[in-house]
Order: sequence, then structure tokens, then C-alpha cells
Amino acid sequence: MKALRFWLEAGEAAVPLWSPDQRVARGLGWLAAIGLTLFIALPLLAILLQAVIDSESGQLSLAPVQAVLASPGFLDSLLGSLTVSLATVALVLPTALVFAFALTRSRMPGRGLFKLLALSPLLAPSLMPGISLVYLFGNQGLLKSWLGDASIYGPIGIVLGEAFYTFPHALLILLTALAVADARLYEAAETLGASRLRRLLTVTLPNARYGLISAGLVVFTLAMTDFGVAKVIGGQYKVLALEAYKQVIGQQNFGKGAVIGLMLLLPAVLSLLVERWVAGSRSASLGGRSVAFHPPENRWRDGALWLFCGGVLIGLLALLGVAMAASFIKLWPYSLELTLAHYDFDQMDGGGWQAFRNSVQMAAWTALVGTLGVFGVAYLLEKMPLPPLARQICRTLALLPMAVPGLVLGLGYIFCFNHPANPLHGLYGSLAILVLATVAHFYTTAHLTISTALRQLDGEIEAVSATLCRPFWVTVWRVTLPICLPALFDVARFFFVSALTTVSCVIFLYTPDTVLAGVAVLNMDDAGETAGAAAMATLIVATALLASLLLSAAGSLLNRRAQAWRGQPH
Amino acid sequence: MYPNTLLKPFALLLAGLAGMAQANTTLTVYTALEADQLKAYQEQFEKEHPDIKLKWVRDSTGVITAKLLAEKASPQADVVMGVAASSLLVLEKEGMLQPYSPKGIEKLSRQYVDSASPPAWAGMDVWGAAICFNTVEAAKLGLKKPESWADLAKPEYKGRIVMPNPASSGTGFFDVTAWLGLFGEKEGWSYMDRLHDNIAQYTHSGSKPCKQAAAGEFPIGISFEYRAAKLKAGGAPIDLIFPKEGLGWDLEATALLKGGKNPEQARKLADWAVSRTANELYEKNFAIVAMPGVAKPNEHIPANYEQRLVKQDLRWVAGNRDRILAEWTRRYDAKSEKK
Repeated sequence: MKALRFWLEAGEAAVPLWSPDQRVARGLGWLAAIGLTLFIALPLLAILLQAVIDSESGQLSLAPVQAVLASPGFLDSLLGSLTVSLATVALVLPTALVFAFALTRSRMPGRGLFKLLALSPLLAPSLMPGISLVYLFGNQGLLKSWLGDASIYGPIGIVLGEAFYTFPHALLILLTALAVADARLYEAAETLGASRLRRLLTVTLPNARYGLISAGLVVFTLAMTDFGVAKVIGGQYKVLALEAYKQVIGQQNFGKGAVIGLMLLLPAVLSLLVERWVAGSRSASLGGRSVAFHPPENRWRDGALWLFCGGVLIGLLALLGVAMAASFIKLWPYSLELTLAHYDFDQMDGGGWQAFRNSVQMAAWTALVGTLGVFGVAYLLEKMPLPPLARQICRTLALLPMAVPGLVLGLGYIFCFNHPANPLHGLYGSLAILVLATVAHFYTTAHLTISTALRQLDGEIEAVSATLCRPFWVTVWRVTLPICLPALFDVARFFFVSALTTVSCVIFLYTPDTVLAGVAVLNMDDAGETAGAAAMATLIVATALLASLLLSAAGSLLNRRAQAWRGQPH
Repeated sequence: MYPNTLLKPFALLLAGLAGMAQANTTLTVYTALEADQLKAYQEQFEKEHPDIKLKWVRDSTGVITAKLLAEKASPQADVVMGVAASSLLVLEKEGMLQPYSPKGIEKLSRQYVDSASPPAWAGMDVWGAAICFNTVEAAKLGLKKPESWADLAKPEYKGRIVMPNPASSGTGFFDVTAWLGLFGEKEGWSYMDRLHDNIAQYTHSGSKPCKQAAAGEFPIGISFEYRAAKLKAGGAPIDLIFPKEGLGWDLEATALLKGGKNPEQARKLADWAVSRTANELYEKNFAIVAMPGVAKPNEHIPANYEQRLVKQDLRWVAGNRDRILAEWTRRYDAKSEKK
């Protein structure tokens, strides 16, 4: 081995060893850069232009922006959005923190199950908690009396719905932040006589600071840019995201929609900057000498945490389950017979069963195209010598979608691909454009997952195969891809579920032929078919769950075969 | 080999996609008809014209109108069917409609067809205002049954009423124009100011208020007679109220679009839309249809329904559409919620 490495290093110095490969890699690198530019950068540029070009004269002007700022009700919507988003953060962040603490720093029983259940909102479209809230706290709600004189239609409903929708996102970030802890810090604190509370305040929280800020920003941005919850349960309360939707869908006023969309981009970009800044000032919390922290036994703590987490889960599952149950009831609250009538989608607005079939098809394509595309680009970035410019473009654009709300991306796609001068104009109105927009929307998370997996592989694999005169694609097919299978299946599942549940990104892009299940939920609720909307949402959750289970099972099965070598003696 | 097993389902999917080809002419029809009405119309038409397939683009009247106007430069629709005549008149003013005299149009009541020759649009049926009043919830809340529009503005109904947003819903729009016609401009707006205090929500669609009343979510929903009668027939505990001052209404009508890609097939749909078969299908949903003698009494709708509709000039309504909607939006939509 040592000899081989020596020989390799000598070979690297001499360079031209794998140059035909290199040429292919360069070409692919440029291809990736062009692809990402087309489907991520250009739509965003298009929406930007739309917002600063006067529709009458075609001149560059700030008039459209000024018009929106001056329009009556704009300030109300902005304040409304800020209020509910901040309230959501205030509700979700402490809850998710305690939940994450319980999962990582306690010996509470059933932690694995608790975690799975806590992530279940990821399987539902954001409209679903809204529908459940109507059944729970609406004027005919099961628990109407809990609210007293307050109405669920308005800020209360929006905040509760957004809390459901954003909770798993916050939890995932905080779990990572709390997952690693240095036991030495706790020992030191204990030796110094610090009380439990003091240890929590001076050791645990400061170490989780980065995760807290990051989770807070994610929740804020998600709540600010989602319009699904507000659409269902917002009543007459005005929020910006819904305003953008109304401008475009209700009044076909694309320019105004673009301006509001850009304003929604601001908090997201701001979050990203803050996050960068915080990350920069952060030092590694775990060094080589760290000792893993194991929570000591403490029955009172575990009991209290168990009760707390149980309470949170009951809330989450209620918002998921009530809509499901309601979808089988004939006419709530007057006729409680069980029925499947609300699943007869063809008798209702929204697109019928076609919408569901389209969604499954779209999600499958998104999983396939997304996983392979993301893997391809990530592989080139991690393992191949790319031209610096192509590398820079790919890297930047792969991280950009994180900061772009689905609504904004969807609008950008209209402006970009509905433009007659765009040679890809033909994509407009097809299922393909929905797939591409969805892949772009969820690109960053997938990219980070696969990049991490690739980075764990030794670069020498490529070097060795090069010395064996194998082109790199053979290595990818025979070695890299099989080793990365777990990550690939994770990403495929992520794409599939996200594509199934997304509404914001596709709401402007569907046509009657390509209407999707999430959109159907929205339209059915619009037409007053609340039970039908609940039924379609139920179907989405069931499909997402089934697909997750199947992909996980397939993933671990293939994984066992592909990674059998790990168990073999050397 | 596992990579093949991995790819196989996707290869099958690809093959399936490629197989989805279209055989005959597809007409794109923009409509604001209710989803549960469309199917019967489509089945009958496609039975008579097996070579033509209808593709509906459905949304509320306001949205469909806005969509048509936005696509003025390159129209996507071949035919507009079941869209408010007051909206079609707006399109006509923009020069977007292709005048055409469908075969058999002379059999329709004159008042339900455009007066120009050849007409720009032909009426199908009349849809008009009705209030859904949930008797069970009203009893619980101690609400008296309102008999008139004026009653609805009384303080006792505060937060109990839902109505459609006139900017998106044709039903909401004819309510507003009827009030302006009945009470006069000044009194009309002042009436809506008072009514606004009682409105819990303005909904996107004209059906939703009645559906919410049927579900007891809000006891009173301002909607239209088809939805109201259908929900009552389906067992919802609602009474239908037809306010005594007069009922707002509009015509659902059919028109051809200039620049449509399939003019010949579009004319066939326009011909069908005025036929007796079509009118007999409309009759299942509406108390008043364009062809005289077809309508039958509906047990939930009063026999003198046609006489109770307000007198209105659809041309005036269409000409003032933008102004009325802008004023409405300024007054009630931009205003932040009252606490």
C-alpha cells in the first residue's frame, strides 16, 4: 500500500496520466454549470427583471416596486407576515429545543419512536394542519370551547398551522446541534459546583447557539413564505405570501406578484447571511480529545421530558389525524356516518383522481432526475478536476435554492419559460417543468447530503482506478455509486416526499393536464369542499409514508448486498 | 445486477409516458361552471361528437376573466362556456370574441342572447342569488331568519355571514351590482359598509359560503340557487332565502374566441350549447334556461323566481366592472381586519 501511494504521488506530479478522462470531466463540469444556470439562476434573474421593468414602457424603472409599496394594505400584509412568523418562531423554537434535548440528552424511554412521530409533519402538505384546525377549533370544531371567544380564522390558526409545518425542520437542526457534546465540559462544571440549571445555561445552550439561530431563521423563513396555511385558515388576515398568490392567480397581475415575491426573498437571503456570519465565528465544539457525553440517569428529568414530548406529539398527530378522520365522515357535524364519498374526487373541483396520478408520476420523476442529477454534479465537484469557473458556478448555484422560497422560484419559472424568446418555451405547461422546478427547489438539501457522503470516500479510489487505466465512469458505476447507495436512497426519498407535498413551488406552473394533488387540496378547499380536501391530503400522507417505507426497505436491502465487503475479513 | 434492478421501474415509467399520445382534436374550454356540472355536459357532447375531446380550464368567474384578459395577445382557449355574460361583454369590448350565430339560436329567448347580429355570445341559463340559512345553528345562536338584504346588515348577524369575494367570484359580483342597482350608488355602498361589519369571511368561490352554511361553520352564506338547492336536497339543515328586495343574477353564456386554434370544432360546441339536449342538461341544475319551455319547477326554488330577479342592464354592469371592483377592493379588501 505504501509503495502504491508513493508511486501514485509521483504519478500525480507528472500529470498527463488521466487526461482523456479529464477532458470528459471538464465537459461534464461545464454541462452541469449550464444546467444549474438554466434552471436555478435564470428563473431568479427573470423574476428580478420582471420587478424592475415597467410593463407599459419596457424601461428599467422602480415604479412597479413603488406601486406595491404604496398600495393600500401592503403594510398590513407585511406586518401580518412578520407577526405570525415571529410568533411561530417563539412557539416552535423552545418546543423543538426541549424536544431535541429530550431525544439527545436524556434516557427517556421510546426516543426512537418519538423522533419518527415528531418528523411525521414532513409527510403532509402545509394545507393539512389548516384543514385539521378547522375541524378542531372552527365554529363546529371538536374543541371550539378551548378558544373562548377567539376565532381560529386568523393569526391564531396561522401560527398553529405554521408551527406544525415548521416543527420537524427546527427539530432536525437542533438534533444535529445537540447530538455532539463534550462530557469534559460537564464534568468541569460539576466539579466547580455549578447547579443543574447553571450547567444548562452555561454549557448546553451556548454550545447549541449555532443550531438555535439556524433553526430560528429556518422557521421564520418557512412561516414567512408559506401561503398554504394562511389560505385555509387565515380568514381575512393578510399575509404577504398570500398576497403574492392572489395577485398572480386571482388577478393575473404578474408584475405585482413578482415584486412581492422578491420581498419574500429578503428574509431568506438575510437568514442565509446571518447564518454564514454565525458559522464563521463558531469554533469546533468537538475536538480530538473530546469525550462523548452520556446522560446520567435521572428519573424525574426523564419523566418530565416524556410528558412534555408526549404532549407535543399529541398536538402534532392531532393536526395530522383529525383531517384524515374527517375525510371519512359524511357531513360533519350533522351526519357522522362513515363514507368514502369524499374520495370521489372526479365529482369535485380540483382536478379529480388525475391530480393524484400526476402527483405520483411527478414525484417519481423528481426522485429519479433529482437524485441522479444531484449525484452527478456533487461527484464532479468532489472528485474531478473542473475548470475553476465551472466549479464556482456549480458550487454557488447548488447552495442558492436554500434561500429561495418555492413561491418565488415558481414565479421565476413562469417568467423565464413562458417567455416566447426562450428556446425551452416548449417545456412550459408540461410535467417536465414541474419536475425541474421541484428538483431546483429542493436541490440544496439533497446536494449537501450527497456531498457529505462523497467526502467520506477516499480520493484515492479515483487515483487507483486511474492508474489501472479505468475511465472514471466505470469507477463511479462499480465503486462510488454502490458505496453511496444509502445516501442516494435517502435523497430519493426526500425528493419523492417533498415533490408529493409541495404546493408553493408548483402552484403557478400546473395546467389542467398536469394538476397536482397538493394543488387539488388547495382548490377543493377554495370551493368549500373541505372534506374532499382532507381526503386528498390524507391520500398524500399515505402515499408519502408508503414510498418512504418502500424506499427505506429497498435502500437497506441493496445496501446489505452492495456493502457486503465491509463485513469481510481483510 | 442491482443497478439494473434499480433502474427498471423508471424505465417502465418512461415507456408509460411515451405511450400517452392524443388521438383526436382537443378543444380547450374555459369555464366557471361548477365541477359537478361539467361531467354531464362533457359526456353528452363527446357522445354526439366522438372526434372532439373537451379540456376544461375551470376557475371562479373573476379568475377566468382575468386569465382570458391576460392571454389576450395569444389566446389559449378555443371556447368560453359557462362564463358570466357580464364578463363576456368585457371580452367583447376588448375585441376578443368571434361573433357567431349557432345553429338553432332562434329557438332561445331573445333576452338571453347577445343583441348584436351575429351575436357575440349565447346564454345557457340564469344563475341568481340565494341565501343559505342553517336552521340548526341559528336555533343554537338564537338568530332570527332574515327575510331581506336589509336584515343581513342588522348588528345581530355580526360575524355570522359569509359571502363570496366579488373580485374572484361571479356570484359575489352580481350581489354587489344588484345592491348598487336596488339601493342606488350611495346607499348601496353604505349598505355594504354595514354588511361588511357582519361578514366573517369573503370566500374565493361562490359555492363556498353555502357549503360553509350547510356544514354549520357559519350560519348564513350568501351564494346562488343551484348550490343551495343541491345542498338542501343532499340533506343539509338549511333553509333557502330569496331576499324580497330582489335577486342579483347573471347569465352563463358561451362564446368563441378570436384566434382560437380549432374554429370548426369550436363552432360545433357552440351549436351544441344552444341545442335542446344541452338545455335539458342545464335544466337539471338551473331554474331558468335559455330555451323556453324546457325548465321544470324545482321543489326548493319558488315558482316566481324569474320575476324576483332584479332588473339590470348587463352592458352597464360590464362597463362598470373595473370601477366597481376597484372601489370594493379599496373599501373592504385593503382594509385591515377589525378587531
